[in-house]
Amino acid sequence: MSALRPSWSADHAVIVVRELPLVERLILPALQRIQHTFGWVPDESVDLIAAELNVSRAEVVGVLTYYHDLRQSPPPDVHVQVCVAEACQSVGSRELVSNLEAAYGVPLGQRVDGVEFAAVYCLGDCALGPAAMVNGRLLGRCDVERIRDAVASAQEVRA
Amino acid sequence: MIRIYVPRDSAARSVGADEVATAIEAGLRDRGVDAEVVRNGSRGLLWLEPLVEVETPAGRVGYGPVSVSDVKGLLDGGLAEGAEQFLSLGLVDEMEWLASQQRVTFARVGVIDPLDLDDYRGHGGLRGLERAVAIPAEEIVADVLASGLRGRGGAGFPAGIKWRTVLEAEGDVKYVCCNADEGDSGTFADRMLMEGDPFTLLEGMAIAGLATGASQGLIYVRSEYPDAIATLRTAIDIARVDGWLGPDVMGSGRAFDIRVVEGAGSYVCGEETAMLESLEGKRGMVRPKPPIPALRGLFGKPTLVNNVLTLAAVPGIIADGAAAYQALGMERSRGTQVFQLAGNIARGGIVELAFGVTLGELVEGYGGGTRSGRPLRAVQVGGPLGAYFPADTLDVPMDYEALAAAGGLLGHGGIVAFDDTVDMAAQARFAMEFCAVESCGKCTPCRVGSTRGVEVIDKITAGVERERNLVLLEDLCTTMTDGSLCAMGGLTPLPVRSALAHFPEDFHRATEVRP
Repeated sequence: MSALRPSWSADHAVIVVRELPLVERLILPALQRIQHTFGWVPDESVDLIAAELNVSRAEVVGVLTYYHDLRQSPPPDVHVQVCVAEACQSVGSRELVSNLEAAYGVPLGQRVDGVEFAAVYCLGDCALGPAAMVNGRLLGRCDVERIRDAVASAQEVRA
Repeated sequence: MIRIYVPRDSAARSVGADEVATAIEAGLRDRGVDAEVVRNGSRGLLWLEPLVEVETPAGRVGYGPVSVSDVKGLLDGGLAEGAEQFLSLGLVDEMEWLASQQRVTFARVGVIDPLDLDDYRGHGGLRGLERAVAIPAEEIVADVLASGLRGRGGAGFPAGIKWRTVLEAEGDVKYVCCNADEGDSGTFADRMLMEGDPFTLLEGMAIAGLATGASQGLIYVRSEYPDAIATLRTAIDIARVDGWLGPDVMGSGRAFDIRVVEGAGSYVCGEETAMLESLEGKRGMVRPKPPIPALRGLFGKPTLVNNVLTLAAVPGIIADGAAAYQALGMERSRGTQVFQLAGNIARGGIVELAFGVTLGELVEGYGGGTRSGRPLRAVQVGGPLGAYFPADTLDVPMDYEALAAAGGLLGHGGIVAFDDTVDMAAQARFAMEFCAVESCGKCTPCRVGSTRGVEVIDKITAGVERERNLVLLEDLCTTMTDGSLCAMGGLTPLPVRSALAHFPEDFHRATEVRP
């Protein structure tokens, strides 16, 4: 994904914030738009958003650190979100997570070869679990093999 | 021209519906068959997805679950004519699982093309809004009140009373906010409605706008639902072009427009005041009540906050009258509830029925027991903050008061089944862990208590001073219940206590360790 994104530039970021429609000149939409554009929210955006929206730096940092989706470091090439909530637990998500950790050699929350695994609480596919999402693509009835295939095709798209 | 339906619902797509649709289109082209592939919503028979339907003179014939490798054989066997063959389900409308339901809110989901306004109109759409523009606001509110409709988000507050409060509130600007932050595990009805019949939600919101004097609508959708967000945005554009959203709703001279706001990953933003904070671009922290949002909500203005299914029930109530809706249900729970069968269940999906069906009829009857084939052990009703019921207590009727009397809550209607391999102490621990991750941090019992809860449960299961720690856990649960502003901290003890009460043996596996 990052290959298709512009690299960080403060001038570009100011334009991104200024282009927000009037009703979205708010902290969260500004952060979301920055992340949508650059893939993450670099520290420099905090001062910039605070100045553009006439709010304090603390308010911006408060929002930035509150929401799970907002990233303060560059995103991975492939983002694998594994549902670990109750409905998926009932059909083996705990086993799926430990099998994935064994297969890739990293715990949830960490990255290997540009692939990051993260826990997510519910993807709305609760009758067809265990569910996972790979770069935005929802997968039902998951096992390690199915996730491996999806990761491979996500990597192919990038290559 | 032949119409073949392959769902675009994200659950169907998660098990290959896109690939099946592509394969069918290619196969039809190769055979020179003049047919159109329609991407409908899901009928809600999720265990049969991808469920392919073909229109025939007798009705829509189904096949499922279809995989790409089945497509060639199905086409050879006469899929385009609806021939009886492998994977045949017969006429979908006559399948017992579906035919025995009372589809009201979900009447069009899976049936129509979600973004075809003519299809929507052809299936009774916009009749509610047409009537709403012609009658006074008070009459709309009176109908909602008379229908007995209660908030489907979980709290079950009478919708009509909320609507009346917003109507009577003074304000230069008023808002209608739809809560589509469907974060409970085991629930997916909001998502399926938004993906499968988005116009119903938009129509319900427009009616709410006319009824309360609000001109602006917002739909707060969680970021985990990208398909729903995209579908809603397209549907809003279509409705604007058609003239029933925008500056002059259906020529009434009154304005109502809607925009979709994407969440950013926060369970507690499903709580209405946290959602309002998030809509204002802030941290999703819970607000104390009063003031209630109906009087001082979004940006301090009178705001109607309703769940997707509440608003989606409204067009039918206004079109067909309150009495028809009120006639369904039991006691103070009127109309239908969209139950969602999830987890370790053989036949998972959407079951819409009048209130009063028992939990057992849903799990054993419609659900067909566990997917694993092992004995059912526990059922969690109402999401992560709902109680666990043991398999031998499933005769409880599903209605707000009956479930509360049985020590549970209906919540958003999610039902998650577990087989006998479940470790209920681990489930209790997870309830605390989830609360620790998702707590907004405003209330100390929730913010700190949840972390302490995980630690105490770990000690209990490890056998460390078990009796003392059980007392401590009980004390902690009481503090969280009584000392938290919202349901996050206030109800996390519910799954914990129900697991402890019904499955104490799971907490006593390890040998007692003496300090």
